[in-house]
Amino acid sequence: MESQLPAEFIVNINHERCRKCKRCVINCSFSAIEFKDKVTANNRQCVACHRCATFCPENAITIIHNPLDYKDGYNWSPEIRKNILKQAESGGIILTGMGNPRPYPIYWDHMLIDACQVTNPSIDPLREPMELRTYLGAKPEALEFEGDIDNISLKTELAPQVKLDIPIVFAAMSYGAISLNAHKALAMAAKRMGTLMNTGEGGLHEDLAGYTDRIIVQVASGRFGVTSKYLNNSALVEIKIGQGAKPGIGGHLPGEKVGEDISKTRMIPVGTDALSPAPHHDIYSIEDLSQLIYAIKETTDYKKPVSVKIAAVHNVAAIASGIVRAGADIVMIDGFRGGTGAAPMVIRDHVGIPIELALAAVDDRLRQEGIRNRASILVGGSIRQSADVVKAIALGADACVIGTASLIAMGCRVCQKCYTGNCAWGIATQKPELVRRLNPEVGADRLCNLLTAWGHEIQEVLGSLGINAIESLRGSRERLRGVGLSQETLDILGIKHAGIGQ
Amino acid sequence: MRINAKGMHYRPMNKMIRDAVASGEKEFELDNIGGQRYIGAGLNENVKITINGTPGNDLGAFMNGPKIIVNANGQDGLANTMNAGEIIVHGNVGDIIGYGMRGGKFYIKGDVGYRVGIHMKEYKKQVPIIIAGGTAGDFFGEYMAGGIMILLGMNGKSPLVGDYVGTGMHGGVIYIRGKVDPYHLGKEVSCLELSEEDTKLISGYLKEYCEYFGFDFNEVMSAKFTKLVPLSLRPYGNMYVY
Repeated sequence: MESQLPAEFIVNINHERCRKCKRCVINCSFSAIEFKDKVTANNRQCVACHRCATFCPENAITIIHNPLDYKDGYNWSPEIRKNILKQAESGGIILTGMGNPRPYPIYWDHMLIDACQVTNPSIDPLREPMELRTYLGAKPEALEFEGDIDNISLKTELAPQVKLDIPIVFAAMSYGAISLNAHKALAMAAKRMGTLMNTGEGGLHEDLAGYTDRIIVQVASGRFGVTSKYLNNSALVEIKIGQGAKPGIGGHLPGEKVGEDISKTRMIPVGTDALSPAPHHDIYSIEDLSQLIYAIKETTDYKKPVSVKIAAVHNVAAIASGIVRAGADIVMIDGFRGGTGAAPMVIRDHVGIPIELALAAVDDRLRQEGIRNRASILVGGSIRQSADVVKAIALGADACVIGTASLIAMGCRVCQKCYTGNCAWGIATQKPELVRRLNPEVGADRLCNLLTAWGHEIQEVLGSLGINAIESLRGSRERLRGVGLSQETLDILGIKHAGIGQ
Repeated sequence: MRINAKGMHYRPMNKMIRDAVASGEKEFELDNIGGQRYIGAGLNENVKITINGTPGNDLGAFMNGPKIIVNANGQDGLANTMNAGEIIVHGNVGDIIGYGMRGGKFYIKGDVGYRVGIHMKEYKKQVPIIIAGGTAGDFFGEYMAGGIMILLGMNGKSPLVGDYVGTGMHGGVIYIRGKVDPYHLGKEVSCLELSEEDTKLISGYLKEYCEYFGFDFNEVMSAKFTKLVPLSLRPYGNMYVY
C-alpha cells in the first residue's frame, strides 16, 4: 500500500554555509540525510533528534515542523489524523517512546514552596551544613536503647537500610532498552554521588560488577537474568508490578535487539523475543505478592530491602497499603507522565493518573493507617527539576526517581523514537556504531553535574524554608501552597490555597 | 543434619539450613514438614535435602545447585526461577511450578496444577527440564521461551492437559505422551511427530525419571508422543506500527 503519510519535519540545509564535510550524513542514524553532490534531506525519515544540527560546524542545518502537513484544527489535529493514516495503512498498535506529551495539568507547577521571613529566619546554605541524606527501608515503631549515658547503644533491630547522599535515584531502564554505555554512565554516577541506579528488567551486565552496592536489581514477570547471585549482588531488590508510562501492560524487547551481550545478561538465546507481560503469573493477590517478597528476603537472608514498584492508578492508596502490609520495605510509585522505551500510544497517553495526586493519596492513607514508617516511598514519572523533588518530598516522598531527566543529561533530545533502536545519541540503541557515541565517563560526568546542581538547589530551597535537613521537610505539606487548583484537588493534595495563613 | 520441623516457623528453620550449609553441611533430612515455605530458596551449594512431609510454597525458589527430594506432595510455586539443581517430588504438585525456571531438573511423579513452566527459559547449555507423570491443568508452558517439558499421563486420566497449552510460546519444546486435542492448544504452537533425535533426547531423561519413581521405561516409551514447538520466535512481532 502506498503511504499517504506526509513528513513530520523539514530539514533545511543552508547550502551557502555548508562546507560539504558530510558530518551530518555520518551522524544521521535515521537515514534522513544523504550526499549527492550536495547534502540533501529525506524529510520523511527525520525524527528531529537534532544530531545533525548539533554537530554541523557551520550551523547550516535547521529542523522545523512541516507547516503544510495538514490543514490546522484543534479537534482533528494533524497528529490524530496522522495516527489514523498509520493504522489505516498497517492495522497495527501505534508504538511510541518516552513520556506522555499531552497537555494534562502538571500539578507541580501549581504548587508553590513556602519561605521564611522575620520570625523564623532562613538559613544560609553557603555557611551552614545542609543535610540531604536519606535512608531507604522500613523504620521501627520506636527506638529502644540500652546501656548507660556513657555507653549507650541501640537495642532495636533495624530493618536493612540503604543510604542515599541525595534523595534522587536513577530510574529503572533495562539493558536492552538502553545501551551498555548508558548503563555504565548511570552506575558510575550513582556510585560517585552516593545514590542508586536500577537495572530494570534486563539482568545485570558483568561490567557493572564493581557497582553492585549502588544498584537496584529488578524482578519482573519475565524474570530476565534473575538468579540468587543477581538478587544478592545489589543494594536492594525491586519487584516491578507496574510502570507509569504503561500501567497494566508489560514489556516486550523485540528479538532483533537481543544480540550476544543482551542474550547473556537476560539469559535467553540470541534473537528471541523477551516477553514480559504485565502480570506476574504467580501473583493474583496481596498474599501472593507477600510470598514473592519473602521468597526474595529468604534468598537474600533478610539483608536487602525489598521494593515494590507500581503505576499510579486511581486506587493506588489501597494498593500501596496492601504492599506495605505484604512486607515491602519500599513502595515505588510511577506516575503517568513517566518515560518508557516503548509503549502503545493509547496506553501511554490515556491510562493512569498524575504522580502528584497518587503520592498525596498514598502518603495520606499510610499515615491514617499508622503504617507510614513501615516503608519508604519513592516517586517518579516526569520529575523534571529540583523544585519537583522538593515538592514531592514535602508531599510525603522519601526520594524521587529520575529517568527521562537523566537521559537528557546524557544527550537525549526526547525525539521519542527509542523503540526504533536508532538512537543517534547512543542511549536507546544496541547498534555498536551508535552505542560508542556515548562515552560512559562523559555521561557519568554530566549525570554527576546534574545531581550536584540539583543538590545545591535543594539546599537553597531548604535554606529559604529555614530547614537544615531534608528529613524535616518530608510530608510537611503545610510548607506548600496551591495556585489555580480546584478545592477538590487541593483536598487530595492536602495543601491550602496560596494566601491562606496557618 | 536432621531437623524435626514439627511446629517450626519457616524462618528459623531456613536460617538453620543456610547457616549449616555455610559451615559445610552437605546433607539434610527434614522430618514433620507441614507447609514450611521457601525451603532451599537461594541456596547455591550442591547439598542434598530430603523432605518428609508436605513443604509449603516456593520450594527451591531461585535455587542454584541443591538436590531436593520430597517424600510427599508439593504445593505451589516450586522451582520458582530456579537456576540449577534437582527437585524430585514423590506425589502431586500445585500451581505455577517452574515459573521462569532457567536450569536444572524437576521431576514429579503425579499430577501438576495450573500454569506449569510459565516463562521457562534456556541459555546455551543451560536447559531446564520438567517431567510430570500425571496430568496438567491450564496454561501448560505459557510464554515458554526455552527448556523441555514432558507430560506423561501415566494415571490414565483425561484430558491429559488443560486449555491454552503453549500460549505465547516462543522457545523450547513440550512432549506430551498421547494426543492433545487441537482446541486445547494456544495459537502460537504447532504439533509435530517425534523424530529420532527427539526420542533419543527424551529417553535419556525418562530413564532417569523411571528409576526415581519405579515406572517401567519400556511402558512409558510404548505410547505415541506429541511434540509441541512454537511457530515463531517472535509471536507478536507484527502487532505494532511505528
